Order: sequence, then C-alpha cells, then structure tokens
Amino acid sequence: MKPAAFDFMMPETVAEAADALAEYGDDARIMSGGQSLMPILNMRLSRPELVIDISRIESLDAIRLKDGVIEIGAGATQAALLRWPELNAASPLLAAALPHIGHFQTRNRGTVCGSLCHADPSSELPLCLAVLGGDVILKNARRERIVAAGEFQTGMLTTAKAADEIVVGARYPVAQPGAGYAFDEITRRHGDFAIVALAAVARGSNIRLGVGGVADHPAIRDWDGIDGDDLDDALNAFAWELGGNDDIHATARYRREMVRTLGRRVIENARAACRS
Amino acid sequence: MPILKRDARHEVTCTLNGETVTGYAEPRLLLSDFLRHEIGATGTHVGCEHGICGACTVLVDGVAVRSCLMLAVQARGRNIETVEGLSGPDETLSPLQAAFHRNFALQCGFCTPGFLTSLTEVLERNPDPSEAEIREALSGNLCRCTGYQEIVDAALGAAAEMRGAS
Repeated sequence: MKPAAFDFMMPETVAEAADALAEYGDDARIMSGGQSLMPILNMRLSRPELVIDISRIESLDAIRLKDGVIEIGAGATQAALLRWPELNAASPLLAAALPHIGHFQTRNRGTVCGSLCHADPSSELPLCLAVLGGDVILKNARRERIVAAGEFQTGMLTTAKAADEIVVGARYPVAQPGAGYAFDEITRRHGDFAIVALAAVARGSNIRLGVGGVADHPAIRDWDGIDGDDLDDALNAFAWELGGNDDIHATARYRREMVRTLGRRVIENARAACRS
Repeated sequence: MPILKRDARHEVTCTLNGETVTGYAEPRLLLSDFLRHEIGATGTHVGCEHGICGACTVLVDGVAVRSCLMLAVQARGRNIETVEGLSGPDETLSPLQAAFHRNFALQCGFCTPGFLTSLTEVLERNPDPSEAEIREALSGNLCRCTGYQEIVDAALGAAAEMRGAS
C-alpha cells in the first residue's frame, strides 16, 4: 500500500498552483490535508503525475465572517473550524456536525474544502453546505467563479470543478435569526462513514431536510406547514425517491427507514432549537 | 518552490523528538516509512496505511496525525514527536506510559505507540477528561487484543496523576 511515483510541489501562492494545473490538467491532483487523497494514492486508485500541496499557501489558511457567510479557505482544517471561537453562534449546524467527521487525528489535517472536493455522498460538510445553501469559490489561472452547493457536487465523488481549477474557499451562510438547526447521523462506530446523515433547518412553519448517504449526493427537500401524519407521509415519499443502495454496511431498506425515523427526530430537534 | 522529481531522493530535514534529523525521500515516501526506514525510528508502527487503525499516529507541531497519510517531503521543517520522545532521557516512563504499564493497557503492544501519541494531545488539551470524552477520542485507534477498558483506565489514571503533580 504505497503510492505510485509522482512529482510533487508545494507552491506558496494560488497563482503558482493554478499555473501548474494549467500545464498538467487532469494529470495533477491538489492536496491539502490529504485525509481523502492519501488513502486513494496509497491504494493506487489514483496515479497522478503531479501532486500539488496547497497547505502552505498562507492566504488560504483563513476562517472569517464576511457579509453573512463564514468564508473558509482551502487550507483551513476541520479542527481549526471546530475550535473557531465564533462557530457556535455563527453556525450551530456546523458545530453539531463537525465532531462526527472522522477522528480528532484526521480532523487535525483534513480540510473543509478537501472534504467538499472529495464529495463522498455520506460526508457531513457537503451535506451542511447544501442544506445551508452555501457555495464554493473556484479559481484557475485566468478567472474566479462561484458555484452553488447544489451544482458543485454532481454525484458520487464527482464535482463541477474543472481539471484546471482549484477550490480556494467555501462559503457557509451564517445562522438565521429565529431558525433552529439540528444534525444527526447513524454509524457503526463513532467516526465511521455515516450510513445515513441528516441535517434539518426549521424556521416558522418551514422545514428543510438534507439527507446524505442515501442518494449519490446530498438531497434537499423543503416543506411548509406540514406536521403529524402528513410529515411522516412526506418523509416516506422522500425516502422512496432517494432509493438508496444495499452495501456491506446497510440495506437500502434500512437507509430509507433512517430517513423516516431519524429524519423525523432531526426535524423535531430543529423545531425545538427554533423555539428555544 | 521547484517541482520535486519523482525518481530523485530529496533532502528532508525536520526535528524529531527535539533533535534535528536529515534524511532523503522520493516524493511518494510516506512519513511513517521515512521515520522507520530512513531515520531508523521504529517506534512508530505501521498498520492499515489508510488512516483507519491509528497505529502510526505521531505528533506534528504538537497535534496528532496519521503518519501514513502524510508524505515525508511535507514534514520538512516540522517538529515531529514519536513514542520514542515520550520517555525521559534515562528511559523513565512518562506518567502516561507508566499508567499503561500499571493498568495492563497493552498486550502485544503493536497499537500502543498510536494510543500514547494520541492521548498525549488529548490530555494536553483537556487535563480532566470524562470517560466518555476519552472513549470518543480513542475511537480513531484500534486495538485488537487488549480490549479498550484497560486503555481507558490508563488514560483516566494518567490524567488524574498528571493533575495531581501539576
């Protein structure tokens, strides 16, 4: 389990990294914390010609509040976000979701943007970005563009990022006044990949539920003014729409059941947070 | 920074347990293999090589990381601490190591370096952890023979002793 040979660079500016990508394109891979890419390299599922380590680009190592969003640079680790003093106030949803991501040792190196780029269907950070309606900032050697979460993750482990682009940051909208947020997931052991992950936002009579781990990307559904049996029926219909697959961890049927039961619980928790 | 070519061995200088060390590494060489085979520091053990088991955990600039998920060339200029750095110069066990010994928190010892390095950061950040906090923190380290109860006991015992001493 050793990576195949590759060239390596550790640029100090985004421009330098973008120039290298312009030259190598598909043959290069960006790495920051390496907590998704290094296992892939070790297992030789990917054999890039060049690995570009962006973790020492100082301008990317930032977490800041700006115009109602939390802007998280591509160098910022999950541990840094978890210890960011403003996290609880700015995003109760991220504060609830982050401890579920891997283990403290992988959060010490794993980055928020790296998780978004890896685009695992059961990942917590892409799910939160989708539920909160955030977006991703991409750069290549010529221009910058911003892509909404819903358009960024296109499927299992695939994103709208072009071969010559770097994700330089992600923007998570801050918590809305009067809204309640809740997160939960089901795993075999703490820190494992989620079998099903759920994030909910409640505001007035509105409910938004996001589901990870069932479809091939985070799925979002909005409802207004429904409760009781009607909400159960809506969750059941949503679960069947998502389908899900059988794998070694759980059956599709179990996953749909989690959408119904754990989904309902997470919605109730978001409503309770909304009232408090 | 220039591109480091794949078929050349590049100089890597870092601090290892307080001493400056230099070795040479192809870009693809994992930090775990660099420490063991290039430097000869074999205290760090290699288990799964994809970040699951935690046996290879080392401290980089004070935080616990998987040395199998980091390249040797990324360790340039970094401060690395491994299990070899935990005991005193005369090989006196640290309070954490002594607590592992006292509580029978190891049998074969393969996973132990990862548990010790991980707990070093955990106890530094939180000198008075609850049992639940210890169990959650240790969820990223797998032991296949001792069982976790003794390891949790050792962690809580070491924390209590270190609080008493400070």
